[in-house]
Amino acid sequence: MSTAFRTIKDIPKEEYFAPGNRLCAGCTAATAIRQILKASGRNVVVVTATGCVEVATSYFPQSAWRVPWVHIAFENAAAVASGIESAMKALNRKKKSDERIHVIALGGDGGTFDIGLQALSGALERGHDLLYICYDNEAYMNTGIQRSSATPYCAAATTCPPGRLSSGQSTQKKDLVAIAVAHGIPYAATACPSYPFDLMNKVRRALDVEGPAVLHALTPCPTGWRFDTDKGIDLGKLAVMTGLWPLYEVVDGVTKLTVQVPRREPVKRYLEVQGRFKHVKDEDVKRIQERTDLLAAKFGLGPVRQ
Amino acid sequence: MKRLGLSGNYAVAYAVKMADVDVIAAYPITPQTTIVEKLSDFVANGELDAEYVNVESEHSAMSACVGASLTGARVFTATSSQGLAYMHEVLFMASALRTPIVMTNVNRALSAPLNIWNDHSDAMAERDSGWIQLWASSAQEALDTTIEAFKIAEDVLLPVMVNIDGFIVSHTYEPVTLPDEGEVKRYIPSKPLTNRLSPRLAYSVGVVGPPEYYYEMKYQAVDAMERSRQRIKEIEADFNRRFGKDYKDINAYYMEDAEYALLAMGSMTGTARVVAESLRRRGERAGVVSIRWFRPFPFERLAEILEGVRGIGVMDRAVTPGGPSNPLFVDVASGLYGMAERPVLQSFVAGLGGRDVSTDEFGMMFSKTKEAARSGRAGPCIYVGLRE
Ligand SMILES: Cc1ncc(C[n+]2csc(CCOP(=O)(O)OP(=O)(O)O)c2C)c(N)n1
Ligand code: SF4
Repeated sequence: MSTAFRTIKDIPKEEYFAPGNRLCAGCTAATAIRQILKASGRNVVVVTATGCVEVATSYFPQSAWRVPWVHIAFENAAAVASGIESAMKALNRKKKSDERIHVIALGGDGGTFDIGLQALSGALERGHDLLYICYDNEAYMNTGIQRSSATPYCAAATTCPPGRLSSGQSTQKKDLVAIAVAHGIPYAATACPSYPFDLMNKVRRALDVEGPAVLHALTPCPTGWRFDTDKGIDLGKLAVMTGLWPLYEVVDGVTKLTVQVPRREPVKRYLEVQGRFKHVKDEDVKRIQERTDLLAAKFGLGPVRQ
Repeated sequence: MKRLGLSGNYAVAYAVKMADVDVIAAYPITPQTTIVEKLSDFVANGELDAEYVNVESEHSAMSACVGASLTGARVFTATSSQGLAYMHEVLFMASALRTPIVMTNVNRALSAPLNIWNDHSDAMAERDSGWIQLWASSAQEALDTTIEAFKIAEDVLLPVMVNIDGFIVSHTYEPVTLPDEGEVKRYIPSKPLTNRLSPRLAYSVGVVGPPEYYYEMKYQAVDAMERSRQRIKEIEADFNRRFGKDYKDINAYYMEDAEYALLAMGSMTGTARVVAESLRRRGERAGVVSIRWFRPFPFERLAEILEGVRGIGVMDRAVTPGGPSNPLFVDVASGLYGMAERPVLQSFVAGLGGRDVSTDEFGMMFSKTKEAARSGRAGPCIYVGLRE
């Protein structure tokens, strides 16, 4: 078991995710990856699905990755990771290699919730010892902000634009952690890079367990969500403080809140600072607040600050 | 040396066991399934020490194979038809990333209509995917070619697809001689290749290749395929010497003095030979050419074999709707274009979706080819056995 990160002194100085990559200014997916690799250390291979992170970090002849990294396609990060994990297991057992490597698969919400869900389900069901991380910017950002099944209710995206007959995304976000937990895996959690200790400790715990683990990290995206590039971390905090994004973990089926919110902020505060919700009407805000209240009750969060 | 009664599929499974693969990732599909069932048995009984990954699709099978192969492990999968089509996207990645995966493709028609029987439409649809494609027409040849395939793949760092005809080869039991296990171990020692995903190297694999680089990166795989011609020849010669065989890029029957010949791939060339033999007894100078390596396509040796031949009937078991002709024909025609005196080429389509091709129909193909050879003119493609 690795020890927990408690203070800033516990965090390794090594940077395995190089600065100067091509992700947008203020991209919190980059912040999340930096934290993930500090928690994992260098003995890791990162499999990345096609998407923002992949294209913006591996533009030949540059690479932002100081750990082994591989990208094959959009929908198969979990399958590629399965192959790597199986191969290392066989090579170790057959004494053909003594390298012990953690396997992390990293996919956006499109690569996870939509096109990659089948491969993810297969990998979880088969019980590979790997960590799957979804960095969730709530749309297909790489291809220009199209909706995914992780896009929240009412948010505008280029394929669910608001209009005379539409108020943006008409469906609810899938519950990815519940889907993961339904596979009977030993570890699943939510995270957000605005809470670095929470995120890094979850990565450590996820890598420590034997078997599949899933981490679902909300990563605010200034470009797609339309907010100022210096506000990503604040917005992540606000997502947690409103109860829209509860931080919890599910260990062997038992759910535990990891960040308590004694007094919630109204969701309106979160919605009004993002261009993607600019068109939202009062009755929609009310509906979103009601749904968030139900979620908050489920996780035992406090009441909304008046 | 052990002799067993094995189906083509089981023969492949025995070869894979002898190759001591590290990872198998596969998904069932008829007529391939008995290969991976047998391999599951070997793994379950401890006869083969490998990770058997029961993937949820062929797309994931190929993806897992690419990931596994990048670690330096020896990797195998098998599929057919829809499964191969489902892998399509990842096949190109496997070759461009130079992963030496060995795959058996048990040839089966592509839907629709759904059809589980044999033709070559599955493999033909992947001919530009950068995979080496070899064809074996008996259980023994399937076993031997699979062993060779590991050697070739790991030598030239390209994935190899070994094709066998669905049911005709895959499910027919034949006496098969197992090669000496020690000799197989010496031929393809099971020693991992470089782990390209090792933290010691920290490579980035599968990067974005912008226009200034993509071209050169792609060309490396093209060049590897070109250079593989010579290497496969040497590797095959070594195999033949060690195991007492006589495999070649092209099998030529009665071609020394042939006036005309039928050219095909896979098991149906057997029927063509039988018919050619009877024509020979009647004094006809008929021959048969069977292509064994489809990629890289052995056009130089084909031109040598066809030197002096006046007419060739090319029998395709797949179609290219709207094309100038069907896939094998197009390859043969362009491969021979540089010959000073080219034979006349007559195109045939036969045996789609498992339709039998009778000896009479082969007789007809020979006689049409002879007509073309004598008149110096070929007609349009003939769809053999097609009902009006
Ligand atoms: C099979 C396939 N379909 C579509 C695409 C095009 N494509 C590339 S990235 C992408 C969206 C990625 O979205 P997401 O997974 O949410 O990651 P993000 O870009 O938001 O980080 C799409 C649609 C593709 N590369 N492959
Ligand atoms: S579009 Fe969003 S997720 Fe993509 S790089 Fe920019 S900020 Fe990051």
